[in-house]
Amino acid sequence: MRPLLSIRSLGVHYVSYGSEVHALGDVDLDLQAGERLAIIGESGSGKSTLARAIAGLLPPSVRLDGSVDWPGLGHQAQNGRDIGFVFQDPASSLDPVMSVGDQVAEVAHANLDMEWPAARKLAIELLDRVRLPEPSALATSYPHQLSGGQKQRVAIAAAIAGRPKLLIADEATSALDTIVQAEIVALIRQLVADDGMALLFVSHDIALAVNLADRIAVFRHGRLVEVAATDELISAPQSTYAKALLAAHLGLDTRLEAEP
Amino acid sequence: MRLVRLFRSPEAISGLVILGLLGAMALAAPWLFPRDPLSIAGPPLLRPFQDWALPLGTDRLGRDVVAGLFHGARTSLAVGLAAAAASILVGSVVGTAAGFAGGFVDEVLMRITDAFQTVPGFLLSLALVSVIGPSLGVVVVAIALSSWTGPARIARAEVLSIRERDYVASARVIGMHPVEIALREVLPNALPPVLALSSVIVAAAILTEAALSFLGLGDPNRVTWGGMISEGRAVLRSAPFLSIIPGIALVLAVLGVYLAGEGVVESSAAREGQA
Amino acid sequence: MSAPLLEVEGLTKRFRRGGREFAAVDGVSFSMAQGETLALVGPSGSGKSTVGRLLLRLTEADAGSVRFGRADLLQLRGAALRSVRTKLQMVFQDPLAAFNPRATVARLLDDPLRVNGVVARGRRSMAIAELLERVGLSSALASRGVHEISGGQRQRVAIARALATGPSLIVLDEAVAALDVLVRADILRLLRDLQRQERISYLFISHDLGAVRSIAHRIAIMDAGHIVEQGDTAAVIANPQSKTGKALVAATPELPHARENVS
Repeated sequence: MRPLLSIRSLGVHYVSYGSEVHALGDVDLDLQAGERLAIIGESGSGKSTLARAIAGLLPPSVRLDGSVDWPGLGHQAQNGRDIGFVFQDPASSLDPVMSVGDQVAEVAHANLDMEWPAARKLAIELLDRVRLPEPSALATSYPHQLSGGQKQRVAIAAAIAGRPKLLIADEATSALDTIVQAEIVALIRQLVADDGMALLFVSHDIALAVNLADRIAVFRHGRLVEVAATDELISAPQSTYAKALLAAHLGLDTRLEAEP
Repeated sequence: MRLVRLFRSPEAISGLVILGLLGAMALAAPWLFPRDPLSIAGPPLLRPFQDWALPLGTDRLGRDVVAGLFHGARTSLAVGLAAAAASILVGSVVGTAAGFAGGFVDEVLMRITDAFQTVPGFLLSLALVSVIGPSLGVVVVAIALSSWTGPARIARAEVLSIRERDYVASARVIGMHPVEIALREVLPNALPPVLALSSVIVAAAILTEAALSFLGLGDPNRVTWGGMISEGRAVLRSAPFLSIIPGIALVLAVLGVYLAGEGVVESSAAREGQA
Repeated sequence: MSAPLLEVEGLTKRFRRGGREFAAVDGVSFSMAQGETLALVGPSGSGKSTVGRLLLRLTEADAGSVRFGRADLLQLRGAALRSVRTKLQMVFQDPLAAFNPRATVARLLDDPLRVNGVVARGRRSMAIAELLERVGLSSALASRGVHEISGGQRQRVAIARALATGPSLIVLDEAVAALDVLVRADILRLLRDLQRQERISYLFISHDLGAVRSIAHRIAIMDAGHIVEQGDTAAVIANPQSKTGKALVAATPELPHARENVS
């Protein structure tokens, strides 16, 4: 089967203070259509850089090598239409002076060649799908009138408005509290299942990733350390780093162990 | 690192070169032209490039134009820098006090700032100099009085945002005295945007000083560029060079200050962008 | 039983938002013993961080009392307040925001020593080295700027700064939330070891039940300005009674093998 997305020897390099920084090196990764892949790692692991490289969101000054191909699409992916992207902070990813309905409608208008009235109608349906209360009234409100969790729901509605084949969630729940985070994760799981989208879920939280993904890729210092099916990774992690991450997870039944 | 970036921008380089030349002129004036620049040096209205002892000629009273230019650079730079320094000092102290104290103190200080801002700055300077009398010190005070409100407003806005930051809370938690918090934690971090204003203020101060001198309200015992332009006005048709030469010096000085200031702001912005 | 270290009674704070007044903290009461960790847990907007800020007088309370030692914290002013603060310290979520961006590590640690006259001038650099050592850092770090050290090192410096005046209670406001997973475990271990050595009490403000479970003796769950449930950490997490408590436990992501162990 041809994968939706095929990444070969991907490297991302940029210049800072006159010296070259290798944000990502030598990454090989495939993503099947409809597959849920989690990218996990700590800060500086390159996980967000990978998400942005896939979506073509890196600044032009950055040097890329290797390839990002889309065999499942047959053409290079386009943001909005082929890829929906949800950022960490909905407060800064939404336009503060545009009504949330129009922000969702704009994606449909731009990517599905929809007239504005039809796009606005679709936007209300989408706000309903992301389970926002009274969607037709809410469509006319502005981001500052919504809570953090509601804003992230709007951002998700906008991300799926162009009916993308791939949804990328880049730390999309880490600015939210535990309860809202669980709700957003449940929503993402539902939407991905309903629409048959592939999911790239970028997170620092291995437990969150385990509960959502079919496969997990572990990154560290810009390198892909290990990639495996979720069950395999939990039961038999190959790398010491994945083992350390699993051991460091603080579950509800763990007391701190003594110094290892 | 920061200096390297400063010297990469052509604007900054030309600004710094101009300022350097002006500074050198001001410093060298007493050695190159030890005589009083207001004394008579030759025949009146001598045109430029006629006599190599008086390369830029003489004015209506036979005073040396080059000597006036050099000594005028001293006045312009001294007044510009002193007035800007005074207005930034007063402005940032008032702004920090208003922003940090809040409440009644803030209200009073900001209404005073409003009062100063509603009167056109030049009129204020004019009024002060004509009441107290023209001398270099009064001119500096008069200019500072009309330009401290900008730095005060910016400093207050910065302080209002900084005092809500965690590091100010953290300083309170360790028991630091409020005055020390204001001076050590808040003020140094509020200053950069205020200092970015300084090139605009210096340039405006140089122009205001020239305008006061042009109106005959400069220090009568000193040569100033504004005074030279004013002197030349009477013979503008027959000897336009008497107004044009100090006019060019004035334009270059203001341009130099602007360019250098822009260069510094840009290089520090680039530095912050990278951090 | 000895007298509690801290007794909070009817603590209340109202804020205005959009012309409407609402109580961010509404009649909160709890007490803490010497050497104990109490976790304050709740969704965002529940008022848990405001409680911490009220205790430290970073925000002024509208009503209630906070008995700490012999004094009512909320009544203290000026120098008396500053001197009590040596016993009551705080570590913030983001050390980068909690440090003056121009400071070096040495200055950050010198400030509390100098301001409170804890250590004579000549001995301060030695005291700074000792503080760094207590939080597991090399004294060579002292000359570094806050931007030149890692996130984990910064939070260790923040803990050292809080320790400088010999406090009996430290408020940890989401102090491990912004840290990487591996670093978080290290910092929690450091906090626990310091507590064992010096009998410090922690008010551990967090929305992360996993971290809470690993370090707190008791837990108080907040929602909409009220404490809706409190008790022994293991007992509350195993069998939460309040709606918020149940929601928090259900929402905490778990690794599958951990779930199996519980059931």
